[in-house]
Amino acid sequence: MAAQIRVLRRRIRSTQSIKKITRAMELIATSRIAKARARVQQSRPYAELMTSVLSELASNAALDHPLLVERPDAKRAAVLVVTSDRGQCGGYNANVLKETEQLRSLLREQGKEPVLYVIGRKGVNYYRFRKQAVEASWTGFSEQPEYVHAAEVARTLVDAFMVGSDGRTGEGEDGVQGVDELHLVFTQFRNMVSQTPQARRMAPMEVEYVGAESSIDAASETETGGATGVTAGEAREQSSGPKALYEFEPDADELFDALLPKYVGARLFAALLDAAASESANRQRAMKAATDNANELIRTLTLEANQARQAQITQEISEIVGGADALVTAGSES
Amino acid sequence: MAEMTVDLVSVERKIWTGQATFVLARTTVGEIGILPGHEPTLAQLEEAGVVRIDTTDGQSLTVAVHGGFLSVTPDHVSILAEFAELSEEIDVDRARAALDRADGSDESGAAARARAEARLKAAGVQ
Repeated sequence: MAAQIRVLRRRIRSTQSIKKITRAMELIATSRIAKARARVQQSRPYAELMTSVLSELASNAALDHPLLVERPDAKRAAVLVVTSDRGQCGGYNANVLKETEQLRSLLREQGKEPVLYVIGRKGVNYYRFRKQAVEASWTGFSEQPEYVHAAEVARTLVDAFMVGSDGRTGEGEDGVQGVDELHLVFTQFRNMVSQTPQARRMAPMEVEYVGAESSIDAASETETGGATGVTAGEAREQSSGPKALYEFEPDADELFDALLPKYVGARLFAALLDAAASESANRQRAMKAATDNANELIRTLTLEANQARQAQITQEISEIVGGADALVTAGSES
Repeated sequence: MAEMTVDLVSVERKIWTGQATFVLARTTVGEIGILPGHEPTLAQLEEAGVVRIDTTDGQSLTVAVHGGFLSVTPDHVSILAEFAELSEEIDVDRARAALDRADGSDESGAAARARAEARLKAAGVQ
């Protein structure tokens, strides 16, 4: 009996310390969501300015930049997967990886060979366990991404893209194969309760002509299935204003070449921030559930322990009473 | 007195916005000074450079700008940068250390060197 109480008490204590951990993780995750959301807001002015500058340029430059032109014989497609570094975040990674698998089989159906690029330790481990080749991976910043990280990833991807699967631009080193398309799979933060994995094509970008009132055609970048903060609509709005004839330094084509890779970087950064917010939201939910479960467990265990203690006391009393009775009976007999 | 609105925006946040009378920057082709009423211009700034903004209240801001672009309309100047630091935010010791560390022999080393130099210049120590 006493042993049972001791076991129960030990379980209560360990559940309590688990609860402390999950509760702390929940609180941290909650504050990180707010921070990530604030950073998404802060990065918006840049994205908006970038879009207006690009639409200005698009009407003046030849739209034949490799990042804009569809390659008819695309063979290899890069798939960048954004996962988390740590677990304890519910179905976050599983959902992203599922979406990735769908995208990969779709690409294979189209006759393109998917090439994996992975962000986050969980994704790296997933593919290593399945012995699938990963072209490049980056870890250590999934919860608090900085622009330097996004810029580095974007540079790698854009470089691979510029080389192309057949090395047509001749920039690739010997034997290094590039890619013809860039795809991104990340989790979009819709609100606190809903985050959805999204597959999106980053390059070639789709350019859409919008018939502006003035004689100059305005073009805007469109997202392939969603928005990273700057939508085509906004771009259209900005380009429908009074048109100014711009001077370009250096000329428009060169500027365009310099701006587009930076645009890819800025969009990737926005996606990373969204993914970070989603990861924290998922973790917050998972940890809240864990804390609630721990509370429930502690409640039932305490009840059981109390019952056991009560039973023990009752037993002791009845033993004492029984013993005293026995003594009394023994005394009267003698 | 004529003035214009200046927005200094980096990828991560809006760094400074306000009224100014003069902006001095260096593009890939040469130095450019912008007064209110400048003709509309789009320009690529030096990979690592220094931008000076003279505000309407007589102060002068110096900013280290990396990977920047400039968009000018008669009453508005937007500076888009991958990274930007106001002169008072720059950690001079760290920039010095970065300059010492940077090895100018290869491409990335040269870029790091140029960045560190731009930061020191903006901070007014070099």
